[in-house]
Amino acid sequence: MTQVAEETEREAGTEAVVKKFMFVNRKAPHGTIYALEGLEVVLISAAFDQDVSLAFLDDGVYQLLKGQETKSLEVKNFSPTYRALEGYDVEKLYVERESLEARGIREEQLLVPVQVVSAKEMAELMEQQDVIIGF
Amino acid sequence: MLHIVNKSPTERSSLSSCLAHARKGSAVILIEDAVYAATRGNAAQAALARAMQEVTVYALGPDLEARGVRASVMDGVQVVDYGGFVDLVAEHRTSQSWL
Repeated sequence: MTQVAEETEREAGTEAVVKKFMFVNRKAPHGTIYALEGLEVVLISAAFDQDVSLAFLDDGVYQLLKGQETKSLEVKNFSPTYRALEGYDVEKLYVERESLEARGIREEQLLVPVQVVSAKEMAELMEQQDVIIGF
Repeated sequence: MLHIVNKSPTERSSLSSCLAHARKGSAVILIEDAVYAATRGNAAQAALARAMQEVTVYALGPDLEARGVRASVMDGVQVVDYGGFVDLVAEHRTSQSWL
């Protein structure tokens, strides 16, 4: 357990509660700040030892495309960070098949290993969560 | 599950994506610009009517009134005030915002 989580637990005087958190990513990576902010929140939540999963649907699937190069845009290329998630024990990445197909993206074009699921399966995964945060 | 949508259906895909993922028995509340989806004759009316066979749809009254569309709400959509919105959040185990 992380130090922060331990302190929180001590202050609350409770057992550690592990909840299922799903972060739903529905926006393309560089047009708005949502994707980057979402990734920051995921990394923070990982420090609290929660059961974290990430969902990518609609334009959110563009976040995981290989080959993003932002130098001439002069903004941070945060796409390599998705590869670091595994190191934070964030290993459940779900990508919606219909969203990939609508954008002509194949699974092998993605940065990280993911689980491709149908919209129906995605809805079921959402139903199983305790907390859902959308970006 | 309570789904919260706040974007106009003719500007963003939030509502259609939400409806594609809302499971039977869940609730959808339309707030801010999403209330236009609840008006008669708008482009999302048919999709919303179809969804209402399986989910309950609410619209936030103050947002309808602010936009002058309180009188054009389609049949089957339940109008709630802020207190009603709070009740919906409390009644459902989880809520999800479709930003």
